[in-house]
Amino acid sequence: MWKHFFVVPGIVLAALVLSPPLRSQTDKPSSSAPTEPGLDGWGRPITGLAKDRKPAPAPRHDISGIWDEPELTGIQPLGAKSAPDDGKPEHQLPYTPLGLQELKRTKPSNGSRSVLPGDTNDPVFSYGDPQGLPRENLYELRTTQVLQTPQSVVILYQFGKTWRVIWTDGREFPKDPEPRWYGYSVGKWVDDYTLVVDTVGMDERTWVDRAGRPHSADLRVEERFRRLDHDHLELTVTIDDPKMYTKPWIALDKFVFELQPASFDVREMIWSPSEYERYNKLMGNTGGDRENH
Amino acid sequence: MRIKLAAISFAVAGLLAASLPLFAHHGYASYDTDRKVTLKGTVTRWIWSNPHCLLQLDVTDDSGHVVHWVAETENPTAMSRAGWTDKSLKVGDQITLTALPVKSGAPVGRIIDVILSNGQKLPGRVNPATEVKPEDTPKY
Repeated sequence: MWKHFFVVPGIVLAALVLSPPLRSQTDKPSSSAPTEPGLDGWGRPITGLAKDRKPAPAPRHDISGIWDEPELTGIQPLGAKSAPDDGKPEHQLPYTPLGLQELKRTKPSNGSRSVLPGDTNDPVFSYGDPQGLPRENLYELRTTQVLQTPQSVVILYQFGKTWRVIWTDGREFPKDPEPRWYGYSVGKWVDDYTLVVDTVGMDERTWVDRAGRPHSADLRVEERFRRLDHDHLELTVTIDDPKMYTKPWIALDKFVFELQPASFDVREMIWSPSEYERYNKLMGNTGGDRENH
Repeated sequence: MRIKLAAISFAVAGLLAASLPLFAHHGYASYDTDRKVTLKGTVTRWIWSNPHCLLQLDVTDDSGHVVHWVAETENPTAMSRAGWTDKSLKVGDQITLTALPVKSGAPVGRIIDVILSNGQKLPGRVNPATEVKPEDTPKY
């Protein structure tokens, strides 16, 4: 009995771990980019914009539509696209002493300070917290639907099926607001094609981006949406938090979306706890203990 | 003697288990990005879900042992743009998988591509360039 209990699993495990692949090669694998537009959520081919199409002029005070970035560069796995945590000096952020102190408290599982998945304290992966703002723009920024009413602009994000409201009715920020994951957003048209959105009141538990950049309750985020023409929308995101950073910094610089057909059905992209658990069981931890991420 | 052998076996198994990879989607730290393996096998499961799609594959090695491989690729949104669907693979399909292996030697990988029995090739999405090298780690 003892023999079967210990030896058999040992042999099986050793065979699994030590079994060589049928054939190994040493040439370095190459990267691959999207090879075709793919299917929308309804299973219909994504048509995309014709390369020789000449866009119509931008409509006035209108950023509504279904927007996509076909090269998927909105994923931003190393943190904010315009300042990724890749170790390059030009991407170092202007931390204050407090900012550096707070940075050391975050333990991301990607980027230059990457820890093992089981050791991360990323609130999204560890607890299933909402990404919040500005991280919604700085990690997994994918197909984004914008709706407009006379009083507001509503943004529907593909990742997590999340939405938020930007008030454009001229209101002021609330006085001493309670913190919210997505804060309090007001937008103003500064010209016919540019909507500038300011957001305050974000919950301090959120991270600025996937790389664990910190923020305080004083964080102010500016999103500058600029309709370049009928088919293209540009987004620039600036982070201003004097407690954490000595000066404002640009997290997303002129990120360009392409307009999709009005009939485009956005595919669901929800990382459910049960799917996470299955993924971790098969890929992340064969020892039986559940990982956080 | 029997107990001693069992204890040694258990200890070896424990060490091997401890060496198995801990890694997350979007990270390449667990993978040997300078190598790739090519495997012929039978699909036992194709999981089309987030955060990453997963392929389970039984592969018979040169000694006749069946090894249960699992290989990940990206999420359905990304993979649909590389020509994949939830019906791209089904149980029993005979396929050829080329994958990045994990460094530990466990039968775990990341899909580079899959060739179906009819010759159709489905490309994975592999981008080790998103990994930061240790020497690039900033000193704060």
